Amino acid sequence: MNTNTIESVKEKKHHEFLSENTDFEVRSMDTMCVNESELKHPVWHNLKYMVAGILFGVILIKAEVISWFRIQEMFRLQSFHMYGVIGSAVAVGALSVFLIKKFKIKTMYGEPIEFISKKFNKGNIIGGLIFGFGWAITGACPGPLFALIGNGATVIIVTLFSAIVGTWVYGYFREKLPH
Amino acid sequence: MNFLEWIKQPWPWYVAGPLIGLIVPLLLLIGNKAFGISSSLRHVCAACLPANIPFFKYDWKKEIWNLFFVGGIIIGAVLVTQFFSNPNPIELNPKLAADLQAHGISNFRGMVPTELFSWNSLLTVKGIIMIVIGGFLVGFGTRYAGGCTSGHAIMGLSNLQLPSLIATISFMVGGFIVANLIMPILLKL
Repeated sequence: MNTNTIESVKEKKHHEFLSENTDFEVRSMDTMCVNESELKHPVWHNLKYMVAGILFGVILIKAEVISWFRIQEMFRLQSFHMYGVIGSAVAVGALSVFLIKKFKIKTMYGEPIEFISKKFNKGNIIGGLIFGFGWAITGACPGPLFALIGNGATVIIVTLFSAIVGTWVYGYFREKLPH
Repeated sequence: MNFLEWIKQPWPWYVAGPLIGLIVPLLLLIGNKAFGISSSLRHVCAACLPANIPFFKYDWKKEIWNLFFVGGIIIGAVLVTQFFSNPNPIELNPKLAADLQAHGISNFRGMVPTELFSWNSLLTVKGIIMIVIGGFLVGFGTRYAGGCTSGHAIMGLSNLQLPSLIATISFMVGGFIVANLIMPILLKL
């Protein structure tokens, strides 16, 4: 009886927690893990994501996407390279998503692949502009920050740390910012 | 040209772009994950200093795959740099090269200009703006926008999301403003 009450209290708290836009927002306003797997796997299963990351890191460097110079060229409209990279990446990504939806392709564990729609908020514009400023200054978006460190530009550790601080400051002032 | 010389060359956009696009189905197929990088910064905050802020009070361990993914990016970058890096300076649009040289940037060998991004320049006015404040804007802006180039521009657009298109256009507008109007002033500092 006693334990039951405690459990129901716990249950209620968990729901309150969800309605207070905390955990669920990882899945709605943000980009990642919108479709969390219901299956539980041992931690070492995450190594496959590390392999995917290694592939991504190799491509980022070989395509010079992480180059500060290439980013300046892009924003000065002095080269097609970056537009070609992003444009063809979106084309291949969109075709893949289309095929996955059309043929209801499942994950390697047999789970259905789900896509969750994003909701527009003013942050897409205001935050987008702020990120654009930072992208042109540093010549790097978050992926390239990690790749630049691996490439030997160790001072970018400071930039990455600043980006983490920026993320934290956003979280701190989030309720006061227009969305 | 032998194989090693060939593989050391930079890849053209039509090779690299489609390969980046294939990361989208790869992550979906191996574990139902949506491609995105900037959230890893949020998970670091949630893991290290949640400070009772609602935005960081979630089970970051459920998202740990993302930290493995960015860890992989560093490893991949180290491997390529050690074994297959391009020994030649980057081939730049001559206009940009001339403009940068006029501002004292002449080393085109690395991925970043060492005149701006190095430990020696960190404590100069230019260094603080470009290395420290620039990074802050990237972290603050991506989280406020709900994603970065990978999450919005690649994953979001691949899934035909209008908010992602709006965000991507905003990234580009912000970048155009700074690269064309602010950067010339920054370089003169």
